[in-house]
Amino acid sequence: MVTRLAPTDVVVIGMGAAGGTAVLPLVDAGLEVVGLEAGSWLTRRDFAPDEIRNNVRSWPMAVKKADLEVPTTRPNRNAPTTRPSGHPMMNGVGGTTLHYWAQAWRLNPWDFRVVSETVRRYGASRLPEGTTVEDWPFGYEELEPWYDRVERELGVSGQAGNVEGTLDPRGNRFEGVRRRPYPMEPLRWTGFHEQMAAAARGLGWHPFPGPALINTRASEGRGACVYHGFCNGGGCHVDARSSPHTTTIPRALETGRLTVITRAHVTRIDTDRSDRVTGVRYVTDGQEFFQPARAVLLAGHTYENIRLLLLSTSAAFPNGLSNNGGQVGRHYFSHHQGAPVTALFPRDIHAWYGLPAQGVAIDDFADDNFDHEGVNFIGGGNLWVMSDRRPISAANAGTFGRAPGWGSAWKAWIRENADRIHSSYIQKTTLPYETNYCDLDPEVKDPLGLPVLRVTAEFRSNELAIAAFTQDRMEEWYQAAGAVEVTRGGLGGAMGLSTHAYGGTRMGDNPETNVVDRYGFSHEIPNLGVLGASVMGTSGARNPTLTVQALTWRTAEHLAANWGAITGE
Amino acid sequence: MSDETNRRISRRDLLKGTGAAVVLPVLERAALIGASPGALSATPPFSSSSGESLLPEASPPSLSPSTSPPAFPPSIAELPRPRILENLSAAEGDLLEGIMARLIPDDEYGPGAIEAGALNYIDRALGGFLAGEREAYRAGLEAFDRYCRMSRGGPFLELSSYDKDSALIDCEIGSATGSGAGFPGTSTAFFNMVKGHIWQGVFGDPYYGGNANFIGWDLIHYPGVRTGVSAADQALLERGELPPVRRSAYDSGMFEPAVVRRNTGETEERSARNEQNPPADPGAAREPEVRLALAESGEPGAPRKGGERGGSW
Repeated sequence: MVTRLAPTDVVVIGMGAAGGTAVLPLVDAGLEVVGLEAGSWLTRRDFAPDEIRNNVRSWPMAVKKADLEVPTTRPNRNAPTTRPSGHPMMNGVGGTTLHYWAQAWRLNPWDFRVVSETVRRYGASRLPEGTTVEDWPFGYEELEPWYDRVERELGVSGQAGNVEGTLDPRGNRFEGVRRRPYPMEPLRWTGFHEQMAAAARGLGWHPFPGPALINTRASEGRGACVYHGFCNGGGCHVDARSSPHTTTIPRALETGRLTVITRAHVTRIDTDRSDRVTGVRYVTDGQEFFQPARAVLLAGHTYENIRLLLLSTSAAFPNGLSNNGGQVGRHYFSHHQGAPVTALFPRDIHAWYGLPAQGVAIDDFADDNFDHEGVNFIGGGNLWVMSDRRPISAANAGTFGRAPGWGSAWKAWIRENADRIHSSYIQKTTLPYETNYCDLDPEVKDPLGLPVLRVTAEFRSNELAIAAFTQDRMEEWYQAAGAVEVTRGGLGGAMGLSTHAYGGTRMGDNPETNVVDRYGFSHEIPNLGVLGASVMGTSGARNPTLTVQALTWRTAEHLAANWGAITGE
Repeated sequence: MSDETNRRISRRDLLKGTGAAVVLPVLERAALIGASPGALSATPPFSSSSGESLLPEASPPSLSPSTSPPAFPPSIAELPRPRILENLSAAEGDLLEGIMARLIPDDEYGPGAIEAGALNYIDRALGGFLAGEREAYRAGLEAFDRYCRMSRGGPFLELSSYDKDSALIDCEIGSATGSGAGFPGTSTAFFNMVKGHIWQGVFGDPYYGGNANFIGWDLIHYPGVRTGVSAADQALLERGELPPVRRSAYDSGMFEPAVVRRNTGETEERSARNEQNPPADPGAAREPEVRLALAESGEPGAPRKGGERGGSW
């Protein structure tokens, strides 16, 4: 039996980076909001600096709903599917922002105009074969006010590189024009960061500290970063890291217009006989509820956004909600973040304390920041060198062939070298392709009997060429800084599951190739909005969260400002 | 250290003011956990009249009587180390320790995995978070020992060091897989599982029963768990002048251990915490209770009474 709840104005599915941010502009506009979250509240007391809990056992204190519906994956439709053991995203009020790296990039202007800029500068023949990439429906300039807004509402630290056209050599000379600097100074550097930056300058590059959704100054009850070394995969016990569970959600709750329902396992979005959604069904402890709403914002992670639409079939939408155009699940891609380069230094680099967002960035080889005439790809990669080490992972590091993996000889090696190894993080332009997509798995189901998502996707030559090119640059950098050994990971193949998962409900003006319009609302259902990286059509060479949150704020304000037109009231 | 120190003390006893003859402050208790199996297992555990399994517990410092427990336990190397295995058999424990002694030996570079209590870590985990891998241990250890008899003419523990290492290498690289020894999967998978857990036991937080006396962290010169590292601390570290912090993440009482149900894998905290709004003061709301809960169990998976904790969260 389904319990029908009292209607609300807006129901937001998912209280993570997107949904948890959306609630504040919605309630500030006077709307009544119900936020549905599969996980539960976690607090500072849950955020122990404990590598076994955080990194080895992957948060046993959290509700593990996502792990019950892990998508199956295959590189292409001729290959068998496999199913990873865990899900890259987690449930909880705050979602994966509870333990994300919190790098807070704006996309660069080129990322919004990949097609037109490539054609203009190099000709249409340089667009990779089979790609379905489009220009965004607007440029960087359109999103700049929203980037600025969320940088201040959520708290971002960083070093500006281009304020109103004035370049600052301490920041990123390649960034889009900003109206003003970051609200907080960047995370500090260690001696190792300084050495790496000096080596980069020696190569003629332009190193700078990356931006982070992390306080470098205490404010409004949240502390400043304490650099304790357990940020990667761990929670923040001083709430320095910006997560909706300590920023927007508490502020929205204070208005009395937000209700957060935890442990709500959403199963479908309902529609009436017309083209409007009427509310959301969810299950809590075996009981089914229906939450009526005048508008619905779907704000799970990319995989769940796609799945919920595909599961929400009806007479009007037999192939899934908002999928009469057949675009749900299309234009999917996960970020190429692999193919790491790892170095051994002849000295300790003092990386025990720090965090992944504390580091040195190189943007010289990202986007179209260099001339691509002589290379066989478009786009590029951002090189990132951070301070991040914990004991178990340090003791599991490779030995560069200089020692066996165990025994006395290994002990002699590791006691000398545990703090001398460094691995880089290189994010690369990744494109959507015709043959990469998500649909429902025909066989594998979750415990409720609902099909899990099936991901069919692999990197193509453009991504692999960037990977090889950026590995060369990274090796140069390490060697310039005095590394004595450098090894490279494989270039990659299957896309697999990722926290950086894009597309599937892409945003664009053309309803034949996109699921949502330029404001994030369905082309087929006016009162259904979608939030998250599933609306993004390009990745850039940097983390998606801040862009997701800028788009979210824009969608939420658009909903409030156009309430009558969107809800038909 | 007196026998009474080693008695297992229930929180109920503490709250009633009965039973516990010696109550250890949290810091010392955690150090003892680190020093187990010897320190805490010198006397067998006992059960309460309700049949509840009583795991080592302690009080927050404010509840401690003013007895002066030893400032720090003696080195593990100086303690007798009788084992109380809760999940592994004695023979399995012996074989695992034999493997550990080759993978991370006690040698001129310092104590090894046995001394760090990695067996204790694995044994406890196999009753909790790693319960799903109990059978892989049983079958894998059996297959490995069989492989040693088939290929080296004797059980692992009776082989020379050379043969032990070569048998382990066979297992690691997978050449023992098709030997007929009966590995449930590949021998490599078994080796990697055991090695991974030994490394967790040696280099993980001592709260989970391994890394006794911070043997693992000392080996790799890890300067310790801190809740904050100032720029000045970092500068000291870079000059080689930052003294290591030798404590578990849970010693201070700031953090709540995650306790996993033996069968479902669901945390008990979650089942009790169904509130629809955040605690009014997330930083302090549950502190008194949690300090007690801190000592409740050294290992996720240790049985606990539902509802015993009380409170509204």
